[in-house]
Amino acid sequence: MSEKLIVRVTGVTKDFDLGKIVVKVLKGIDLEIETGKYVSIMGPSGSGKSTLFNMIGGLDKPTQGKVFIDEVDIAQLDAYELAWLRCRKIGYIFQTFNLIPVMTALENVTLPMTFAGTPNEAAVHRGMKLLSQVGLEGRHGHKPAELSGGQQQRVAVARALANNPSIILADEPTGNLDLSTGEEIISLLKQLSQEQGTTVISATHDFKMLNVSDQVIWIRDGRVDKIQERAELEIHTGGMSS
Amino acid sequence: MRRLIVLPWKKSVEIAYKSIRARFFRSLVTTLTLVLAVSFLSFSQVSIDIADKMLATGDPSLCQMLMRCGYDILPGDTSLAASPKQRWIITLSLLVCVVGIINAQLMSVTERFREIGTMKCLGALDRFIVRLFVMEAAMQGFAGASFGAVLGGISAFLAALFRFGPDTISLFPWQAIFVSVSTAFVTGIGLSLLGVLYPAIIAARMQPVEAMRVEQ
Ligand SMILES: Nc1ncnc2c1ncn2[C@@H]1O[C@H](COP(=O)(O)OP(=O)(O)O)[C@@H](O)[C@H]1O
Ligand SMILES: [Mg+2]
Repeated sequence: MSEKLIVRVTGVTKDFDLGKIVVKVLKGIDLEIETGKYVSIMGPSGSGKSTLFNMIGGLDKPTQGKVFIDEVDIAQLDAYELAWLRCRKIGYIFQTFNLIPVMTALENVTLPMTFAGTPNEAAVHRGMKLLSQVGLEGRHGHKPAELSGGQQQRVAVARALANNPSIILADEPTGNLDLSTGEEIISLLKQLSQEQGTTVISATHDFKMLNVSDQVIWIRDGRVDKIQERAELEIHTGGMSS
Repeated sequence: MRRLIVLPWKKSVEIAYKSIRARFFRSLVTTLTLVLAVSFLSFSQVSIDIADKMLATGDPSLCQMLMRCGYDILPGDTSLAASPKQRWIITLSLLVCVVGIINAQLMSVTERFREIGTMKCLGALDRFIVRLFVMEAAMQGFAGASFGAVLGGISAFLAALFRFGPDTISLFPWQAIFVSVSTAFVTGIGLSLLGVLYPAIIAARMQPVEAMRVEQ
């Protein structure tokens, strides 16, 4: 079971056509991610992490190459199936939290369940449970503006978990948080991946992530620089300041 | 495994209502444009209805009164359809109103790019987004058009009362007035929906990657 691949990326390139020039952001990425792993995509700012993240999440299409989720080529999906994938299979966490500002914490968490056809009562019940799971008991009636950054990101984590996705995709989830709040979110994600066997893929340049990762994929200038497993990491952590 | 993505109507209404409330002042300004245009339409039509009825009595003193009040009546006229100039002004005001609504709705779409992108990441289909915007416009349209139509009707009634005197009340063609007010109301809702069409399509076409964009 643990050998099963959940994400497979083959020969993915991405060019952005800016009219006069074409920016080559991804220059051929091959990746395999196993079910249940906590994977970090590391690399300096501008190396193409977010672009790769968008490809894996089905938010953008590669110029060349293919992305498979559960061995399904997502380029073959129609709009309806793609929406289903985003709704049920993948939970997204953003650097900027991206809660719907006019909705309360609870309503934000239940929205994906509504899309998935969950009856209202069941959705509210599960939403409350998820909110207390991320440590926000009693905050369900608050609007995002009434919550701190860390609390908003917790709501976002609960929302990402709403439909029991197989994959959680997080792009710089700690990017807008201070050190200790960032650590809290990281350990929350780690705990969830351990307890529920959810695959967590997070793009980041936050070295705090290294400690919890099962695998680290280093991206540099649009290519995979190296892939390190947990065992290798522990040996090298001491000199990891580059 | 059924691949089902839904947004129940009740939920759409709830979300649209919340969005309006959250941007109450903006919505109010948009709605006010509609109120003005619709009440002008309603006022003009109802005024013509009343004048028409007075003319139809064939009473020379009433005709005199109408002419004194600025109506151009030629001998033999039996109805006082709006003059081309008047029609032109009404059309123009409705046009300005639609352009105003398009402008306001476009602003609202731009402001909510991230929100729309996020909803798409959560699995919203294009038509959910269109539906939310249309629903908002329908609510604004309903409020603005009903208020405007009634306001215009009442103003026309009061104006007629003032110009022609209270003796003429018995002459007022209530049925025609009701039809004119209703027409203005329906037109108002139509304008509101017309104004949101293009912005809603822009919103629905938006790619979910927009949600990810971090402004530096
Ligand atoms: N939509 C776009 N159009 C043009 N260039 C883009 C676009 N998105 C990203 N880029 C460019 O791609 C490069 C990598 O961006 P990104 O994937 O966001 O990097 P990272 O997330 O690793 O910081 C950057 O140089 C950026 O300017
Ligand atoms: Mg990035």
